[in-house]
Amino acid sequence: MTTEVVSKSPSFTNTFYSSLFDVPEGERIRACLQCATCSGVCPFGYLMDYPPGKMISTIRADIFDQVLQTDSVWLCVSCYACTEVCPAKIPLTPGLMTRTKEEMLLAGNVPSELQDALMNTQRYGNPLGESPRKRAAWADGLDPEVTIMRKAKRPVDVLWFVGDYASYHPRVQNSSKSLAKILNALNIDYGILGREESSDGDSQRLAGERGLFEVMAEKNAKAFNNYQFNQIITTDPHAYNAIKNEYPELGISYPVQHVVEFLVERLDQLKPLFKQELNARITYHDPCYLGRANGIYDAPRLLLEQIPGVELVEMSHNRTTSICCGGGGGGMWLDGYQWEKAHVRMSEWRIREAVTAGADILAVACPYETPRFEDAAKMVQGAGKLAVKDITELLSEAMEE
Amino acid sequence: MNIVVLVKLVPDLVEELSIDASGIKLDDSWLRLIINEFDDHAIEQAILLKEQSDAQVTIIAPDIEGVDDVLFTASAKGADRLIKLTGIDEGEINNHALGRAVANEIKDLQPDLLLTGVQANDDLDGPVGPLLAEFLGLPYVGYISGVKVDNNKVVARKEYPGGLIAEMEVTLPAALGIQAAEQPPRYVAVSKVRQTMKTATIEEKSVSELDPSGSLSISKMYQPEVGERATMIDGDEEEITAQLIELFQELGVM
Repeated sequence: MTTEVVSKSPSFTNTFYSSLFDVPEGERIRACLQCATCSGVCPFGYLMDYPPGKMISTIRADIFDQVLQTDSVWLCVSCYACTEVCPAKIPLTPGLMTRTKEEMLLAGNVPSELQDALMNTQRYGNPLGESPRKRAAWADGLDPEVTIMRKAKRPVDVLWFVGDYASYHPRVQNSSKSLAKILNALNIDYGILGREESSDGDSQRLAGERGLFEVMAEKNAKAFNNYQFNQIITTDPHAYNAIKNEYPELGISYPVQHVVEFLVERLDQLKPLFKQELNARITYHDPCYLGRANGIYDAPRLLLEQIPGVELVEMSHNRTTSICCGGGGGGMWLDGYQWEKAHVRMSEWRIREAVTAGADILAVACPYETPRFEDAAKMVQGAGKLAVKDITELLSEAMEE
Repeated sequence: MNIVVLVKLVPDLVEELSIDASGIKLDDSWLRLIINEFDDHAIEQAILLKEQSDAQVTIIAPDIEGVDDVLFTASAKGADRLIKLTGIDEGEINNHALGRAVANEIKDLQPDLLLTGVQANDDLDGPVGPLLAEFLGLPYVGYISGVKVDNNKVVARKEYPGGLIAEMEVTLPAALGIQAAEQPPRYVAVSKVRQTMKTATIEEKSVSELDPSGSLSISKMYQPEVGERATMIDGDEEEITAQLIELFQELGVM
């Protein structure tokens, strides 16, 4: 006896499932063993109605639309912890989680905090809602002056893509000033785009706004096209990820390095510039988009080890197991929403680990982290004396006469 | 039910505002315009009503830089018809003139419900809602934060100062000044708006002449003047604290 094939019009689940194959390696989702390692390692997995593994089981049961009725996907901070541990190597973060957020967005199911950040990005080219004209204001008054491409009208060796928070956030602007100082000391011929720079849009992409990401990429591409330079550097792992891994498929292709890679190549020139002993026990937090997403773990440690008077210690979670600061995938703009559900912040867990590791300073390499960890340190007992510094700030301090 | 929403674009306060050489209006060289937040709520309320009952939503706005984006976004949210009033000299239109121009345009539409934001940051000659209602001969209730339709009436939630709320039954046709929609204006994905730009059309209606009578003329526009009794205290934390302590002691409060 044969069973007749009954043709079925594609359900929403089916269409969604097929779309997951468009992501590189996306078809690996077929090999999901339902081992639940992803749901287990996810920092907020215990709070989600549908953590990643369960999402896949609803897809297989053709009831994925149920997942969209809940809003627990907004607890995902796109930290790549799940993707890192999946034995079937399914691209969970860029595939499943991002596509689900895209569907939520299309259905209008977006927490209002995140809406504001997305609308600000669209209108002002940055999620903070600051005037685009003031994007290079952080560089005012620096001596030597920071080269702004539009004014200098000449080729440079290195284009420094500053990024949103490094441009506008008062705490993070200090890292930018520190890097300017380091680049000057190394005699690097660099320039910045200033108001011609738009948000890299990577976190917005991972929060489900693919269209917005592409609009920002187009704007940046236009700006890049206007000028000549040999490579791009950035202090922002999210911008690094966008320019390195996402822009090329949009036809925007430039060699790019994160500042830690760039500086570690010039370690021999840096070392003689260190004048101060920092005399501190430092622990380094691996940012998700430098570490798990792009495999850069050693360069920042090499840099920190070279600073005189530094003892490097590791937190209990480090390298591939590093715990996210909670800022990625839209998390930077979902603090209130996530707090309501969790009553704890990932950044607070991390600060506790830094304190346990006996660190004086928590070193970071991502612009989301400095303000997030400083805020968390105010909430965690025993963290009163813990300082949070970007690697650029530490290098710059060590260079002071 | 036929719902019409009047939307204005107003100066965006993200840029610093400055007065132009004439001394009676804003310098528009760096001026950016943004949808009046209350009109955004009016659009949301209209879409909510459309979702709850059978309604047609028309958005009408004066032609100004950025209006197309605003209209297409409203269409992506579910608005049925988009009308742009052209032939209006930017900066010359006030609410009296706008009210008359819009009234003229929509009286043939015979709206059951007219929604607009209760106020805007550039309402120099009063809010446009009551003016528009007057020109159309409709009753108007302002400061509305909730609308429920009941056949040919609406029950409008009106906010008073001090947290007092009234529920008012208003017979249609009527005009309401929206303070807040029942939920915050929804988000529309950029890709959806881009798609809408390909399918939706904006009807252009030209305004033959503007009648601003009843409005006022501006004699002077200026930034708030710095008072004389403010002392700016500079320095690091230590220095500032020391100065403050000295000051408080001088004033006898410490």
